[in-house]
Amino acid sequence: MSLSVSLQHRFPGFDLDVAFKAPSGVTALFGQSGSGKTTVVQAVAGLLRPDAGHVAVNEQVLFDSSTKRWLAPHKRRIGYVFQEGRLFPHLSVRQNLHYGQWFGKHRKGDAEFQHIIGMLGIAPLLSRRPAALSGGEKQRVAIGRALLSSPQLLLMDEPLAALDEERKSEILPYLERLRDETKIPIVYVSHTVVEIARLATTIVVIKNGKLIRTGPASEVLGDPALSPALGVRGAGAVLSAQVVAHHADGLTELSVETGQLYLPRITSPVGAWIRVRIAAQDVMLALKQPEDISALNMLEGTVREVRKGAGPGAMVVITVGDQTLLSRITQRSCDALRLAPGIPCYAIMKSVAVAPDDIGTSGFA
Amino acid sequence: MDWLGPQEWQAVALSLRVSLWATLVSLPLGIFVAYALARWHFPGKQLLNGIVHLPLIMPPVVTGYLLLLTLGTQGPVGGLLQNFGIVFAFRWTGAAVAAGVMAFPLLVRAVRLSIEAVDPNLEQAASTLGASSIQVFATVTLPLILPGIIVGAILAFAKAMGEFGATITFVSNIPGQTQTLPSAIYAFLQVPGGEGSAIRLVLVSVAVAMTALLLSELLAVRVARWVRGT
Repeated sequence: MSLSVSLQHRFPGFDLDVAFKAPSGVTALFGQSGSGKTTVVQAVAGLLRPDAGHVAVNEQVLFDSSTKRWLAPHKRRIGYVFQEGRLFPHLSVRQNLHYGQWFGKHRKGDAEFQHIIGMLGIAPLLSRRPAALSGGEKQRVAIGRALLSSPQLLLMDEPLAALDEERKSEILPYLERLRDETKIPIVYVSHTVVEIARLATTIVVIKNGKLIRTGPASEVLGDPALSPALGVRGAGAVLSAQVVAHHADGLTELSVETGQLYLPRITSPVGAWIRVRIAAQDVMLALKQPEDISALNMLEGTVREVRKGAGPGAMVVITVGDQTLLSRITQRSCDALRLAPGIPCYAIMKSVAVAPDDIGTSGFA
Repeated sequence: MDWLGPQEWQAVALSLRVSLWATLVSLPLGIFVAYALARWHFPGKQLLNGIVHLPLIMPPVVTGYLLLLTLGTQGPVGGLLQNFGIVFAFRWTGAAVAAGVMAFPLLVRAVRLSIEAVDPNLEQAASTLGASSIQVFATVTLPLILPGIIVGAILAFAKAMGEFGATITFVSNIPGQTQTLPSAIYAFLQVPGGEGSAIRLVLVSVAVAMTALLLSELLAVRVARWVRGT
């Protein structure tokens, strides 16, 4: 299962020129508004015809400007979840869900239907009309509708952008289940680091219509060179950790190679692998193991890189086992501790600094 | 309805038949033209728009005369159709054609407005779900513009009921054949003692028009609410 994209398209005052491959799992297209992300997915879906390029899903060529091949959108079998849901107001939720099966040759059985509505938690909504749904419910129905049209690829264009924070947190777990329980590759467009850190297996970073980085999620998120593109507040590495125990005080003990983490509000069962996004600005560094300190989480590691920015800040990359952590500290602290590649150090994090949306199921390839 | 005389009753029945057929036949064509004007870009679009709206602006007599010139038995189209046994001139079918042409701009305007109000994004979403353009139109666009179609159809029907100038010019005023309600009123007013019949037909006319308007309001609101699902 893979998607290969190569596109050139010229808008007035804006040139798009990107090429990337998306393996199975969730490929996140990341970039600021106006960077060209939506244009890419529209071209993949066939809603926009680029000036030149090539799009193929698995071995099937959907668009090739050199051979003038162009497959109409309704023949592409590509599910598309739009930012605003775009449910049909004149149809019930059930009819909306079945819409894709009215025309497709690939019908899903009733078991599949039950599985998908169960996974998305929309069974109680079936007889309602879209007008009677909340924003989060609409979006879940839209996802179900796209899934039930038996797509070979699912495109999600900022599916959470129109929702408030509470609704976003409500839907993220469903998207994780989608990633973990279905085999369909997903291209997920977003400009929010938290969503991407939680969902992506692969990340494609686009800026001003150009590709600036692509790679496995943990690698891309742990790359300090990308902090300007992610935004300094968005910068933060993703750690993979295993649940060891749930303690009576509400904290969950996690193990990473070089130590333990204690984090609140984790629901995954003991033994499960989860991913935790640790924002760079929440990580402190110490050369000696501190004592009598309130922070619960201390990981031993080695400085790999110190990258000083234009302002007073610096981004320090720390290797923890074979994982990476980012720490954003001041250049003054850097100098005081004489941080340089190869120096052993302790990374210190407060448990409560990790927000619930920063914790998700593993989903790494 | 025995307060209507046989000739009066004949005129009412003929008008209803003429208007019904005029509406039914022009409806699919009107939806097609409205869709083309609302959604497609093609050379001659403004010309088509102008031709559709001409009957609204020209004196009805002119429309009727142009119909006679083209669809009359001596006309280019009328002569051709005569070979297939289709004659419009001085027949009730001709009255239906005249009424349909006169009502067409009203129909197209109402439907076009409702098509322009449909979010093209919904149609795009339908195409990503595997629906071809015709299937998208049938399952998304058409249901969403249903209120506009109802309003357009009822307006067209009411306009057809009242059509006079083009009808009398094209198919004359033959009782039982082409004497529609307005033509009958006009005819009764030309003969001494015809005022009574004329007044009764005027009442029928007013009643039909009012019913049509109220019905269209009521139906359009109901259907619009159903379509939105609120």
